Amino acid sequence: MEVYLDNSATTKLDPRVFEAMKPYFDSKYGNASSIHKMGQENNIKMIQCKEEIAKLIGGDPDCIIFTGSATEANNMIIKGVAKKNEDKGKHILISSIEHPSVKKSAEYLKKYGFEIEFIPVNSDGIVELDKIKKMIRSDTILISVMTVNNEIGTIQPIEKIATFAKKNGILFHTDAVQAVPYINFNVKAWGIDFLSLSAHKFNGPLGIGIAYLADKRSITPLIHGGGQEYNVRGGTYNIPGIVGVTEALKLAYTEKEDAIKNVSELTQYLWKRIQDEIDDVSLNGSSEHRTSNNLNILFRRIEGEAILMDLSVKGIYVSTGSACSAENLRASSVLSEIGLKDNDLNSNIRFTLSKFNTKEEIDYTVDSLVDTVKRLRSFTPIK
Amino acid sequence: MALNYSKQVMEHFLHPRNIGEMKDYDGTAQVGNPVCGDQLDFFIKVKDEKIEDVKFLSFGCASNIATASILTEEVKGMSLEDAKKYDWNKVVMELGGLPKQKIHCSILAVEGLQKAIEDYESKNL
Ligand SMILES: Cc1ncc(COP(=O)(O)O)c(C=O)c1O
Ligand code: FES
Repeated sequence: MEVYLDNSATTKLDPRVFEAMKPYFDSKYGNASSIHKMGQENNIKMIQCKEEIAKLIGGDPDCIIFTGSATEANNMIIKGVAKKNEDKGKHILISSIEHPSVKKSAEYLKKYGFEIEFIPVNSDGIVELDKIKKMIRSDTILISVMTVNNEIGTIQPIEKIATFAKKNGILFHTDAVQAVPYINFNVKAWGIDFLSLSAHKFNGPLGIGIAYLADKRSITPLIHGGGQEYNVRGGTYNIPGIVGVTEALKLAYTEKEDAIKNVSELTQYLWKRIQDEIDDVSLNGSSEHRTSNNLNILFRRIEGEAILMDLSVKGIYVSTGSACSAENLRASSVLSEIGLKDNDLNSNIRFTLSKFNTKEEIDYTVDSLVDTVKRLRSFTPIK
Repeated sequence: MALNYSKQVMEHFLHPRNIGEMKDYDGTAQVGNPVCGDQLDFFIKVKDEKIEDVKFLSFGCASNIATASILTEEVKGMSLEDAKKYDWNKVVMELGGLPKQKIHCSILAVEGLQKAIEDYESKNL
């Protein structure tokens, strides 16, 4: 049996999304910037897609910019805001648990005289507005706090933060990559200036992201080219991707109730069985304010990568934190931010479920996990 | 990046040799790598200046377990002098290679064994 429990890394493309995309590869392949009929039909399709997406997130169609990934969207926004607003100030606040595409974009700006400060999270893995209140300054130009953390699934109070930022004349960005379909966005009503999304995290295709820019004039463009996307992001429109991300987002929100019900029942069942059958485990991050697909669990006294590899041999695919940890030996900084002890930093596994998982898969996972943990604990030197 | 372990690494990870505690050891050492957080404990039993028996415990990644496993297999029965000089490159070779960022696992294993021998020697001057 193969069980895919790494849906925060990427997800399976929904077959209906694939179907919707297909014609745009082999028959409706016109360049959406071309003047002829084949081009213009795709241009119209793209505009319809933006309208549909705008409706789903409570925004304006004209504010939607398609990118190649959320990494690109985050780079575009963080660096673009900095460049555009450097005369107003050079102070940027980001949460201490941001994805590397936000964190490293911000850190890159230090070279250009920007001051980056990290908003701490509490032991539940949640940013507190009171902390932000104490950190803003007259030269703060941007606050960036993700909607949902990718490692521990914690949900951040972004509506409150957006309101606060607006009141203080500070731009607000949220990386919403892990939030679909768990959060119902109302971008305009909440006063969100920038939001990033990525199709492959919600059963859409790879290679397409969304940057929502409430005001396109508040960033300096990074990617110059043929004038596409209001001159904000050059590059031939990726129509199959655009159709794919739209269809995926639509399915995610219209079918959200059933999907979330299924996922949260399975997640709770998984967690209950783990607690019943394995000792010395605990849940990382808030148990209340987290998306129902995420379980990040500490298995004391054994090493995460060993657990992962042992499960992988059994056909169960999980992660030790974020996908980046395969490249990086250092323990997750998110887990140290929420106060895990040094001894416990390397003993964690992230299970992220999807609407495609079944109870049989979860049963197989726990049965296997019990053996894996038992084997690794039989020779650990940690008391 | 690739974390594509060789067949040999997986085999030793899944079926580690000489793993477990040793009570009546003649030398022991605990080593750890502060960057990855992994840890190894070695125990040796010495007779006629040879490693009569060797065991290890691991809190570590698959290659931490595999490198220690193959190393113990290689040095069992070896003279202390030869075991002390055992080269981590040989561990990597015997395992059919290690991913670049996992080379340090083999160095940690070799260091652990050397320290266990030193521990024995310091008690038996
Ligand atoms: C929170 C978060 N932001 C950004 C990204 C990057 O998304 P993409 O793969 O589209 O670049 C990811 C996924 O890796 C993520 O989890
Ligand atoms: S990753 Fe450090 S010992 Fe293997």
